Amino acid sequence: MNQHVTATIDNTDDADARAQDVVRLVELKRRFGPTAALDGISLTVRKGEILGIIGRSGAGKSTLIRCLNGLERPDTGDVFIEGREISRLSERELQPLRRRIGMIFQHFNLLSAKTVEDNVALPLKIEGLPKAERLRRAAELLELVGLSEKAKAYPVSLSGGQKQRVGIARALAGRPALLLSDEATSALDPETTRSILALLKDINRQLGLTILLITHEMEVIRSIADRVAVIDAGRIVEEGPVWSVFADPQSNITKRLLGTIRPQLPDELAARLRPLAGAQTMLRVDVAGEAARGPLLSDLAKTVPGAFRLVHGGIDHIQREPVGTLFLSIPGGDAGHLAEVIAFLESRQARVEVLGHVADPV
Amino acid sequence: MSPILFELLLRSIWETVLMTAASGLISLVFGLPLGLALIATERGGIAENLWVNRVLGAVINGFRSVPFIILLVALIPVTRLIVGTSIGTWAAIVPLSITATPYYARIAEVSLREVDHGLIEAARAMGGNRWTIIREVLVPEALPGIVAGFTVTLVTLVGASAMAGAIGAGGLGDLAIRYGYQRFETSVMVAVVVVLIVLVCGIQWVGDRLVARLDRRG
Repeated sequence: MNQHVTATIDNTDDADARAQDVVRLVELKRRFGPTAALDGISLTVRKGEILGIIGRSGAGKSTLIRCLNGLERPDTGDVFIEGREISRLSERELQPLRRRIGMIFQHFNLLSAKTVEDNVALPLKIEGLPKAERLRRAAELLELVGLSEKAKAYPVSLSGGQKQRVGIARALAGRPALLLSDEATSALDPETTRSILALLKDINRQLGLTILLITHEMEVIRSIADRVAVIDAGRIVEEGPVWSVFADPQSNITKRLLGTIRPQLPDELAARLRPLAGAQTMLRVDVAGEAARGPLLSDLAKTVPGAFRLVHGGIDHIQREPVGTLFLSIPGGDAGHLAEVIAFLESRQARVEVLGHVADPV
Repeated sequence: MSPILFELLLRSIWETVLMTAASGLISLVFGLPLGLALIATERGGIAENLWVNRVLGAVINGFRSVPFIILLVALIPVTRLIVGTSIGTWAAIVPLSITATPYYARIAEVSLREVDHGLIEAARAMGGNRWTIIREVLVPEALPGIVAGFTVTLVTLVGASAMAGAIGAGGLGDLAIRYGYQRFETSVMVAVVVVLIVLVCGIQWVGDRLVARLDRRG
């Protein structure tokens, strides 16, 4: 466990905060034969937030999300939904409760034999609403997801992104308190993924809907989640606000999952790095918050005389917080100069790592 | 062909159509719920009950393993109980239905099993109960297969009904044996074969058209 987790535990000690929790999981455990899919998961989802759960495949994400609406039952532990423990309810008792929880799926799971509007209206049919009212509500929802003109179409004629929009409309039909998203964008291309994520974010803002999503793509977490929990081998290894986890990942799993979206030293340069001192010293500088907001590099140039070169990197904005990684190349030969540069950067709350040295100027 | 033979042919066609349609309908009414019961009670089904599943499976296999011509005779007491007689077209409908029902149940089972499990999960996640899953998911999604399977069952019944002549049920098969074969009326034999081909093609054509209209899976 690490600093992000401690922060959350402090918050949940607060009784007011607990009343706001839409979901509270306590020490969930679930085994499938010899493997533990969930190995003591405790987690809260607060009202109105988007919590992203990320992990590699087989980490236990799917089992976890299915425990929240009783599709899967934990062996031990409690699942509180809006304050009510549900993991030991009967199937019949779960049914009305599931209508308060919408769910969207990786493969959309639309009924091929029903039109788009009938798919969207199905949860309302299950609820027992009269037909006219069902169709009126379905029309509203299709407008919300921008698919009004497809009401009478069958799912087979829709693109993947359109299918997921229908899935979202259907999940919202029962005016849920919580939306579960099970890898909802994993089967979509990057552009469609962005539009679906934007739609989810809109819905989260407009309706104040609490969303719990599971994914194996950090990009999804980056673009819409408020908080992230990293799960591995059935345990939460890291948890915290997205920008803070991105700025300072603690666990190796998180670092690996972040690998693809954090700037990395180009391979060609990385191959030339040597442990021995050379013409240039390569630094990795991770910045977040204040360090990234100020004129860090121009201050460095003013404060520490001598040349340096920005080789690679950039600043990203996550939850409106600047988070970034810069790769600086400092002329070698003068250990004192290097120490000064590092000292300055660290005084500005940047995290500095000496990656190695390059013999020739880059 | 003499007018008398022609009239016999018409009557036989009617008898075959009646036997096929009636026993087909009965096998649909009982076979589809049986297929649903097999799917629902199997491991991981919506009403898992392995004991019931095994018993159902064994009974179905039992009926399916008895050749129809034997079933036809063996079921005479049951037929007498239900219809009041063991001879004639109506009497043949009982063994035909009893042989077609487990046959159709297995075909329906296969179609129902092909329904994506994710759809059942989605219906459960919406708060649907078992009945909802059957009515809104399993049957509508499997409908093309259910209809295609029913077509196969009807064609099988046309063939099986030919044997029903053994208990005096009449029909095209009976006509072909008694007139075409035993009395060397080649024209009757040819006519029966032609009618059977037309009948089977007709059933298949209607079935295929229906399936094409129902199938929205693309």
